[in-house]
Amino acid sequence: MEFSRRDTMAMGLGAAALTVLPMRAFATATDDAIAAFTGGAEMADTGLTLTAPEIAENGNTVPIEVSAPGASAIMVLATGNPTPPVATFNFGPLAASQSASTRIRLAGTQDVVAIAKMTDGSFARATSTVKVTIGGCGG
Amino acid sequence: MAASALVGASGFGNWARLAAQQALTQDQLLDFDTFGNVSLIHVTDIHAQLKPIYFREPEVNIGVGANKGQVPHVTGADFRKLYGVADGSPSAYALTYNDFSALARGYGRVGGMDRVATVINAIRAARPDALLLDGGDTWHGSMTCYKTAGQDMVNVMNALKPDAMTFHWEFTLGSGRVQDIVEGLPFAALGQNIFDAEWDEPAELFKPYKFFERGGVKIAVIGQAFPYMPIANPGWMFPEYSFGIRDENMQAMVDEVRAAGAELVVCLSHNGFDVDKKMAGRVSGIDVILSGHTHDALPEPVLVGQTHIIASGSNGKFVSRVDLDVRDGRMMGLRHKLIPIFSDVIAPDPDIAALIDEQRAPYAAELAEVIGQTDSLLYRRGNFNGSWDDLICDALISEREADIAMSPGVRWGPSILPGQDITREDIFNVTSMTYGKAYRSEMTGEFIKVILEDVGDNIFNPDPYYQQGGDMVRVGGLGYRIDISKPQGERISEMTLLKTGEAIDPAKSYVVAGWASVNEDTEGPQIWDVVESHIGKQGTVSVTPNTSVQVIGA
Repeated sequence: MEFSRRDTMAMGLGAAALTVLPMRAFATATDDAIAAFTGGAEMADTGLTLTAPEIAENGNTVPIEVSAPGASAIMVLATGNPTPPVATFNFGPLAASQSASTRIRLAGTQDVVAIAKMTDGSFARATSTVKVTIGGCGG
Repeated sequence: MAASALVGASGFGNWARLAAQQALTQDQLLDFDTFGNVSLIHVTDIHAQLKPIYFREPEVNIGVGANKGQVPHVTGADFRKLYGVADGSPSAYALTYNDFSALARGYGRVGGMDRVATVINAIRAARPDALLLDGGDTWHGSMTCYKTAGQDMVNVMNALKPDAMTFHWEFTLGSGRVQDIVEGLPFAALGQNIFDAEWDEPAELFKPYKFFERGGVKIAVIGQAFPYMPIANPGWMFPEYSFGIRDENMQAMVDEVRAAGAELVVCLSHNGFDVDKKMAGRVSGIDVILSGHTHDALPEPVLVGQTHIIASGSNGKFVSRVDLDVRDGRMMGLRHKLIPIFSDVIAPDPDIAALIDEQRAPYAAELAEVIGQTDSLLYRRGNFNGSWDDLICDALISEREADIAMSPGVRWGPSILPGQDITREDIFNVTSMTYGKAYRSEMTGEFIKVILEDVGDNIFNPDPYYQQGGDMVRVGGLGYRIDISKPQGERISEMTLLKTGEAIDPAKSYVVAGWASVNEDTEGPQIWDVVESHIGKQGTVSVTPNTSVQVIGA
């Protein structure tokens, strides 16, 4: 296991950023984004599938996939990033399927949250914890 | 339903005076009442150990979360009590760590692929169409494997005629070499979770599953490679591939093979035991998981829902035989035996013995050279430091003039008994790898803590899907306390620089020597040369028990 100066600095900066920025700042930004998207409506636990790796192979490009049959829009948030909103996918009435996949950058281990807005006006939420690790030492 | 046991184990008298042949017979070890209509033979995590070795099972193997106190996190006397194994018996020697040096002198070495061949042949004599399945970590772990880039293992395994294989350390040969070998393999190379990194689509070269027609039964074998290869090992060596657990794809594959008429679904897995347990609870329709990676040897299957999980040990020490009764499109019963390969009891297969010697012949003199002797039992397995690791860390500190040493928490590497010679082969057996350069760099106290916290979470995260299946990074020159019940960032405390007794200062830089870096541009001498130089200077090595890691919260 070895870490280049650049990696070391990046990690040091990440840690510093986490200590300087109180977690509430991220939490508030996430909550605000969700409130703006849902208008404060209740969110169901089912109807939306969020597929993400448990441990990221590379935190700079993490493949994720969202799927919610019957959705008109799906919002994705990286709750631990300095700017949590990642993307909102909108599906028109002629969309063949209500799913999307992309790659996102994660500043560190955190919860990725997806919220689906259904055509009937209801909402669904899914969460997945993605671990970003420095790796090495595997058996 | 599962009738499993090692040899009917009761006392065998005074073990110290009994040679293994007198206590055991080959017939006893192979005794099996053939059952049902399908047989599976499972070998895994051989780590290129072609010849018989000693291998001490762990003393410390802590389970966390739902797996606290559950197998395979049971060791020593608790393990013997759980499975009704008598103290000092062959099973006690094979499966637990106590009195290891004394029992090893009585019962001898274990493993050897020529002995494994004899066991496979005996099972095939009873069931000619038995499936032989290799769980991976086969083309890694010895000097001859390193020097031939895995060819010695490929040659020997091909002669055993496996039906399918999955992968982990194989990829550290580099993707080009892996592709060359896999394209020529006379059996299936499987991994439903081996994906193309760029497109995130299934990799073409590795099929997710293969169908076999055996005993009138349509069997699907689905492969599951080690999920965290680019994280636990250097991803730059195989940048074209992406892995992950991908249990949603596993479910899709199970559904696909069931829809195509599979009457028996077997998962050949390199997940590690706790990950397999969790996967069995999330993916429905798998009858048997043949589990590898975490090197656990269990004399009975563990049942999760309708899925039987079989753990077959490591380093060629065990072969599992699983007989199944499959009727009317479903599994009706299972009989299992974990067969320990006592090398003095099981006769070597002469053809495979000759083939092994042929692989080793070009390196025979190098392998056999005696570098030193040991006064202490040298072993590795355990969640924290083993005595082999302590010796390697001593070598790093002394040869590389470092304050602190780090050695990876890998689970492979045979043991050496007190009084034994240490040969060059023995050193390679615990260090051989394609990224073994011993680096020397400066790290701050804060960063060293970040590393310990990160690796600590890779083993003690309560959710097995966030674990990587290795043990804790081994350290030399550094003491610390770990509270495994705490979350990441809060487990490590009381870090102490042993040479001064002072607390580690987060802001201060320390000289750290280590090996097995996953970074591409690592520089330094090969670790086996560092260890050889150190042992050569010592003549006879003595390793005092390491008491500098304090574990709480278990």
